[in-house]
Amino acid sequence: MERKTKVNAEDGKQEIVITREFDLPLDLLFKAYVEPEIVEQWMGTKVLKLENKQHGGYRFETSDPQGNVVLRTNGVIHEFVPNEKITRTFEMENTPFAVQLEFLEFESLADDTSKLNMHIVFRSVELRDQLLKLPFAQGINMAHNRLQDIVSKLK
Amino acid sequence: MNLRRDVFQAIADPTRRAILLLVASQSMTAGAIAANFDSARPTVSKHLQILTECELLEQEQNGREMYYHLNPKKIKEIADFIEPFREMWDQRFNKLETVMKRYQARDGKKNKG
Repeated sequence: MERKTKVNAEDGKQEIVITREFDLPLDLLFKAYVEPEIVEQWMGTKVLKLENKQHGGYRFETSDPQGNVVLRTNGVIHEFVPNEKITRTFEMENTPFAVQLEFLEFESLADDTSKLNMHIVFRSVELRDQLLKLPFAQGINMAHNRLQDIVSKLK
Repeated sequence: MNLRRDVFQAIADPTRRAILLLVASQSMTAGAIAANFDSARPTVSKHLQILTECELLEQEQNGREMYYHLNPKKIKEIADFIEPFREMWDQRFNKLETVMKRYQARDGKKNKG
């Protein structure tokens, strides 16, 4: 089966391209990025601010199951063309990661299918690679934590 | 023992990368590996220890000698380091699709009613 979500990260480049085809009409796909209550549902974040217009901004907040805020993200919207594109910056507050630039392009494939092309540009190759490795590193840390739990129980 | 030893930290060092390349073709003893480097033997031993701890290298007893060889499973994990990132986005987009299908179904009912 062909993978629906593809990530293209060429060696030595400070950008990545994420593409995904959806079993959704274009307007519904775009709506998922526009309506705050819908964004909250699929992103699993709280939307503090979302101004869908040129020079608008957004701010999201992620909490752990106990309700402690673990991450705030924000950005500025540079271009907003309904059912076509959103150009914006993205920043994770209080992290070593520098702000990144995102080009989101929405495209209709058929009546009930659509495609999202997400082009992300980073400040440096190093920062891009670090961000790419984040879920991988988290996986390793989780495995380590489990191992430490087991070891500590053996003591 | 440091359980938090990170594979990326392990391969960030040029000597350790050279060791991995060296044993990629054949299993080798610590002595044979050290012979390829100017570094002191204990330094090479330390590198081998780190590579073994993060499971990039595996040890195998052969007679009186201990041989080191690559752990292909772990190497493949590094080669596929983008995969967890892709999976994270895949799951996020699957969620988007589910949420919007539910929205579509509810919206359709509303229009009919």
